[in-house]
Amino acid sequence: MIAAGRIVRLAERDRAEVQFLLDGEIRGALAGDTVLTAMLASGRALRKSEFGAEPRAGFCLMGACQDCWVWQEEGSRLRACTTPVAEGMRLRTTPPENWP
Amino acid sequence: MSEPQAPRIVIVGAGPAGIRAAATLVEARLHPVVIDEANRAGGQIYRRPPAGFLRTPEQLYGSEAAKARALHVHFDRLAEEGRLTYCARSSVIAVHEGRLHVLGEGGVQVIGYDRLILATGASDRMAPIPGWQNAGVYSLGAAQIALKAQGVALGRRIVLMGSGPLLTLVGAQLLKAGADVAAVLDTSPWHRQMQGFWGLSARPIIALRGLALRAMLGGRYHAGVRLERIEAGASGVTALRWRDAGDRERITACDMIGMGWHLRAETHLADLAGCAFAYDEQWRQWLPKADEMGRAGNGVYLAGDGVRLLGADGAEVAGRLAATACLADLGRPAPSVSADLRKLARLERFARGLACAFPWPVAMVRTLPDEAIVCRCENVTAGAVRESADLGGGDANRVKSLSRAGMGRCQGRYCQLAAVELVATRAGCTPGAVGRFRGQAPVRPAPIGAFLQES
Repeated sequence: MIAAGRIVRLAERDRAEVQFLLDGEIRGALAGDTVLTAMLASGRALRKSEFGAEPRAGFCLMGACQDCWVWQEEGSRLRACTTPVAEGMRLRTTPPENWP
Repeated sequence: MSEPQAPRIVIVGAGPAGIRAAATLVEARLHPVVIDEANRAGGQIYRRPPAGFLRTPEQLYGSEAAKARALHVHFDRLAEEGRLTYCARSSVIAVHEGRLHVLGEGGVQVIGYDRLILATGASDRMAPIPGWQNAGVYSLGAAQIALKAQGVALGRRIVLMGSGPLLTLVGAQLLKAGADVAAVLDTSPWHRQMQGFWGLSARPIIALRGLALRAMLGGRYHAGVRLERIEAGASGVTALRWRDAGDRERITACDMIGMGWHLRAETHLADLAGCAFAYDEQWRQWLPKADEMGRAGNGVYLAGDGVRLLGADGAEVAGRLAATACLADLGRPAPSVSADLRKLARLERFARGLACAFPWPVAMVRTLPDEAIVCRCENVTAGAVRESADLGGGDANRVKSLSRAGMGRCQGRYCQLAAVELVATRAGCTPGAVGRFRGQAPVRPAPIGAFLQES
């Protein structure tokens, strides 16, 4: 079962659905969502911190704090608050395994 | 049309300051290049949602809708008519010898300039609270951006805390949109807010509008609070512990906290461009030096919240003035500035009133417990910063090297001011004497691959 997400949609709910993979599981979002919104629609955090136990879920949403960089399965990273989600994106909350 | 030998003028940032600077240059028949991180021009306060979103400017920007719409329409028209070059989704990551290194989707490209107008804006000014590294803690600006640009609240039960105009505004906007706002906690006590009265009276309508928004918050609003600790579990924030003005202990359950104390100027590029800085006692932060028009020397001009924290209206005026200074320095006919300078003086008086009424919580920062985290990027604690000051003395950059505060992914944007207060206390000197973290390129994280594609 997918746990309730962090965000609450208050407006602009009438948009096309987009599907992406998060840690290998299919998740739904809406066209026009940022990766941050999309991930937090069904999740509570974006990534683990390299320096502490607390998971992270972004902080400034304006591209200044860099808290929300997440991994993609192909090995590159993206800034979740400034990148629109796209159909078929394969995102991870942890670095990819077997990464070269 | 611009002539073949036209000077190369680059504007960084397409918020109110950058847009007005660009429009002023276009009117003088120049063709500026505007580099902007967003997908569409507007900046933060007039940020536009993605294409396909349906809310009107009135719904998004309230009383400021007409200003937002005017800026958006004007800029889009100039871009469509080819009278300026708009580089969206692009970050300037370095400035060196008259050249900007710009990170975009195709990698890094180098853009030379004869004149540079920096309109880089500001972000929330942060004061650390024990537990602020947990998931679900955001800046006040983030809460507003989520609502405006995505139509979402970042939590089911929200506490907002800090001080400054954004605190009240975001609280009212979230309530209006249907979010559950449990409390709005202002660290500035009523008597302090009254001290800003003379300055705030420079813009009586804005001040009254602020009071009306405050009234919307009702019993959720508390002035003069002490913020003690953010409680959290495995999936993030669960509650805030605080004390009210009567020193009663309070615990408010919540899964999201928005925090911020007015604004911190975004100055990394001004630093790399060689601008001089001075510590501003009233804003309690380092600001780049410029004359009243925005001239910072060496062909660099500064406009908007990145140099003087006057808000969006002030940014529009400052953008026009910086472009006008640029035109005058190029020996070109420039429009009259006396009305704009008068306007700026009035906005400055209002902004100083805000700074006085809603101060940064110096005492709270200086008495932060040792175990509290100051640098969210790398979990550097207040104790580690104090220890570094004991070892290295009252010098910001030595403390940075020793503790790594300011060396993480945000490059000190959110910890510098608190770290400097801690060092000043320890070393027995002023924050101004402690100095500021040196800016380092790249000012945004840049993947190695982007440089391999460099043309």
